[in-house]
Amino acid sequence: MGRVFKYGDDVNTDVLFPGKYTYTVSDPKEMAQHALEDLDPEFSTKVKPGDIIVAGSNFGCGSSREQAVLALKYAGVAAVIAKSFARIYFRNCINSGLPALTLPEAARALNDGDEAEVDLASGVVRTNKGNFAFAPFPEEVQAILKAGGLIEYLRNRLSE
Amino acid sequence: MGKTFSEKVFSNKAGREVSAGEIVTLEPDCILSHDNTAAILKKLPEIGATKLKYPERTVVVLDHVTPAADSTHAANHKAIRQFVADQGIKSFYDIGRGVCHQVMVEEHYAYPGRLILGSDSHTTTAGAVGAFAAGIGRTETAGVWVTGELWLKCPETLRIKLNGSLRDCAAAKDVALTIIGSIGADGALYRAVEFACDAEKPFSIADRMVLCNMAAEMGAKNGYFPPDGIVADYLGESAARFAHMHSDADAQYAEELSFNLADVEPVIAAPHTVDNVHPARELAGNRIDQALIGTCTNGRIEDLRSAAAVLAGRSVAERVRLLVFPASAKVYRQALEEGLVRTLLDAGAVWMNPGCGPCLGAHEGVLAQGEACISTANRNFRGRMGHPDSEIYLASPATVAASAVAGEIASPEEYF
Repeated sequence: MGRVFKYGDDVNTDVLFPGKYTYTVSDPKEMAQHALEDLDPEFSTKVKPGDIIVAGSNFGCGSSREQAVLALKYAGVAAVIAKSFARIYFRNCINSGLPALTLPEAARALNDGDEAEVDLASGVVRTNKGNFAFAPFPEEVQAILKAGGLIEYLRNRLSE
Repeated sequence: MGKTFSEKVFSNKAGREVSAGEIVTLEPDCILSHDNTAAILKKLPEIGATKLKYPERTVVVLDHVTPAADSTHAANHKAIRQFVADQGIKSFYDIGRGVCHQVMVEEHYAYPGRLILGSDSHTTTAGAVGAFAAGIGRTETAGVWVTGELWLKCPETLRIKLNGSLRDCAAAKDVALTIIGSIGADGALYRAVEFACDAEKPFSIADRMVLCNMAAEMGAKNGYFPPDGIVADYLGESAARFAHMHSDADAQYAEELSFNLADVEPVIAAPHTVDNVHPARELAGNRIDQALIGTCTNGRIEDLRSAAAVLAGRSVAERVRLLVFPASAKVYRQALEEGLVRTLLDAGAVWMNPGCGPCLGAHEGVLAQGEACISTANRNFRGRMGHPDSEIYLASPATVAASAVAGEIASPEEYF
């Protein structure tokens, strides 16, 4: 299971990945180092592959920049669970192959340092605080997540 | 049961009846990108594609870091110019034309009933003239380039009724901030926001653009004003032509709110969230180092007139910098013809080029540690305009101008 990093409401794209880097930093490793740097400067040194971010409402509000998703993905984050997501951020998660789960009960129950893992196939989040079920994604969304992201999905589609 | 505007656009595009909540794959009429075109075009080889499906539906505007602030940005701009030439994209606007959302309206890409997608969160601005316009991400923009289509969820609709008329000292920005202060930064999450004003006291297109722009800060998918006579006149069409695109009288709204415009006073969104809204008079006296008028939210001629009304015959306080960014070359030219350039220059303002300026913290007036700026932009997130320990206050052009004169945050009420 991964470690839970817990944050509050309205975690915006500027703290997820500062705007000043959006046109200059594109290396995955370097992007991962800037993940959440204006909110939790130690995040990038503490996070391990498979860890999970749990947050309040309106996660990812702000700009449409995909680096705000990719920085987390490259840092090893396996999924984001929130009470709700800003819509472009939600789309960017799906299109980048990072599962984004709207699960208010889990978001309330889980705390920093808890343990959790997401099972997309069976639609359940397993945690040390119990299991949380979620409704399966629509077909189009599942196809993109299954492919690992929109790029991979389109590449498969174009090569068919 | 009747349909909302969103359901009509989605049904029209899908070729079947679509209701709120359904996910459908649609072809947008227009796909917008800006300086981030440089990043998006790098996705094409990753996808395994070389050509755009509909170059004629693709609009590219350079506005974010223009002119190029350093060699990295310059290389991006160079790659974009080559790309639009190679792909045969005729709707390309190089540096200096204006902020992309302003250009979309001025060049009539924004049009009633059209489905517009853009790789920028404030694409919603085009809803001011009755388009369904939503921001999307970069990768999916590349997807639209290649396939011409995208999965979209038909949103449910929040209807916001604006009753009566505004006091002279209050502006559309104050209305937008008042709404956001009331419903929160996620108050319209995933929803379409349909604005309705009194037919006898309609909002100008500029005011509608402010509200649709700020709909993004309510979490909305899009903002929309039903296209009426004002939009028809602007486009040189008859209003009757657009009537069928209005939401039906018996359409199903998820929620309806109403605001009394006479009660709206000059307000400010204090650091560091857009829904941290307070009356301007309550924040009066707070220190500022910089004032900014412009951006896609408030860089139009109406905004410059409003600022000039406050600044005429007065001076910007000695320790404050006032930066002015007209939203487009067209706005700039009109400001010149109306004498506003002179008025603001005489007051001590620094005129900058049309574009986004320092709104996203990349150039042209970023903030040092400990500095504060009052701005007409749409976001005041921590660190957005420069150093993480700087502060941004959001307000109307009149409030920003009044604060620039006072050298500290001030309400514009005394000027009206």
